[in-house]
Amino acid sequence: MNATGTAEMVRFDSALLANAGARVESSITLPLHTDEHVVGVRKVVREHALDLKLSLVEQTKLVTAASELARNTIKYGGGGMVLAQMLDSGMRRGLRLVFADDGPGIADIAQALRDGFTSGGGLGLGLGGAKRLVDEFDIDSRSGEGTAVAIVKWKK
Amino acid sequence: MERIPILRIGDLLLVSIQVDMHDRLAMTLQDDLTERIVRDRAKGVLIDISSLDLVDSFIGRMISNTAAMARVLDAQTVLVGMQPAVAITLVELGLTLPGVKTALNVEKGMVMLGQR
Amino acid sequence: MSSNDTARRIGAVIQENEQHILEAWIGHLNSLSFRKDAAASEQLRRHCAQLLALLPEATVTGGTDNIEGRAWDEVRNLLAEISTQRAKQGSTPSETATFVFSLKQSLFTALRTALNAEPAVLADALWGSTALLDQLGLYTVEVFQKSRDQIIVRQQQELLELSTPVVKLWQDVLALPLIGTLDSARTQVVMESLLEKIVETGAAIAIIDITGVPTVDTLVAQHLLKTIAAARLMGADCIISGIRPQIAQTIVHLGVNLEDVMTKATLADAFEVALARVGARVTRIAA
Repeated sequence: MNATGTAEMVRFDSALLANAGARVESSITLPLHTDEHVVGVRKVVREHALDLKLSLVEQTKLVTAASELARNTIKYGGGGMVLAQMLDSGMRRGLRLVFADDGPGIADIAQALRDGFTSGGGLGLGLGGAKRLVDEFDIDSRSGEGTAVAIVKWKK
Repeated sequence: MERIPILRIGDLLLVSIQVDMHDRLAMTLQDDLTERIVRDRAKGVLIDISSLDLVDSFIGRMISNTAAMARVLDAQTVLVGMQPAVAITLVELGLTLPGVKTALNVEKGMVMLGQR
Repeated sequence: MSSNDTARRIGAVIQENEQHILEAWIGHLNSLSFRKDAAASEQLRRHCAQLLALLPEATVTGGTDNIEGRAWDEVRNLLAEISTQRAKQGSTPSETATFVFSLKQSLFTALRTALNAEPAVLADALWGSTALLDQLGLYTVEVFQKSRDQIIVRQQQELLELSTPVVKLWQDVLALPLIGTLDSARTQVVMESLLEKIVETGAAIAIIDITGVPTVDTLVAQHLLKTIAAARLMGADCIISGIRPQIAQTIVHLGVNLEDVMTKATLADAFEVALARVGARVTRIAA
């Protein structure tokens, strides 16, 4: 699963996977096709968050962001996968998650980043919200080609 | 198929969410609750999330929707036991669940539902 | 004569005349009216002896030009210890540096006596040792500064903890009197501890009093609003009290929306409202 994962990711903006001086400690990929997969991702992310010794609030924010993005991948992307990498920049450690699918893509990213939650419970990608929960956020999406969203949370 | 149990106490329905819910399970719960409110002629619904260490937008919306549907059916909903980290995260996400009454724990929630 | 040779000569002189130099040094320090009590004197003597004992080897191995090297590690550690100890006891940085500089007098005397017949060597030795002691003295000042900085940081930390207590005013009523300027980091810490306290005490109302806060900026205002929203999700209501005129102006200027939040001018007013909310009332007992 690992080899395919990175190969698929490569067609997206390489900035999403740029290391910027950080060493990748570990790397795993998880499939995202069913509801149960979302629960699985939450578990794995929670484990990584504990490994990073994040505070409870920071852990919750990270796992929640992951849950949101995982769901987006399934619901709007038609299914895909997530790559989880533990990073070590020398000064601090962090977790990078890259969610990728080859679904319809997002035509207007700026619009999607504006808060999609409406009080009536309408549909919204909630990307803006997820962005606020993490330290770094990057997205690459092209109409008809798919979407990849990368987030990073550091242990400060 | 797994379901989250709903308890009836007088004319109140009590549901305690203890597991990490996936979307399908959440939707099933919403359907079950709505059905039970009608069947049991419930006047109040207490949703206990004190065991949940994660509430994302889907679950948040499920709770909002449940409360809205309950209101249409003349029942009041109270959400209890939200953990601090979850509350902070929901606020950061921009979800404030308007229209959903909240209380610190089951006991206080019951008091709130009793005052009608 | 190379500086290595000079260093070796200096080291040798110190070693051969250690006791003598020590006594002269201490005598000199005492005459500079350093702390006179017995314990201080005892400590002073000990410090002098320890430093002097390490100097010969360090000088010979490490030279006098640079005290950053390995050979000078032990001496630096000793000086750091001495400097930190004195800082804790209230010495000024000058006093501690003078402690080192004052060694010059007795060292020069020893060098003059030993190298009487070699004026060129003596000149180099005097220069070498003054350069060395200057470095050592300045090092103590640096360490002194650093340890004072650490004390300040620790005091700030304690002040931070002291100034964000969450107080239980009454059954189900909490108060959070904020004092001092709020920055983003501190407000977040405060926010989390208030929410934890709400769970712990089962409070229904939290009064956030900002009488002691001189200014509020957008970020802090947003944090406060988030705290209130989070508390509400948990089932507790918040009242903000003690908003001073300047802060009220700032809030309006910044466009912060406080419509959903109850505000009261004083903590007392807020307390009265809180009591009513939890169904309590204060009455005077007829005399």
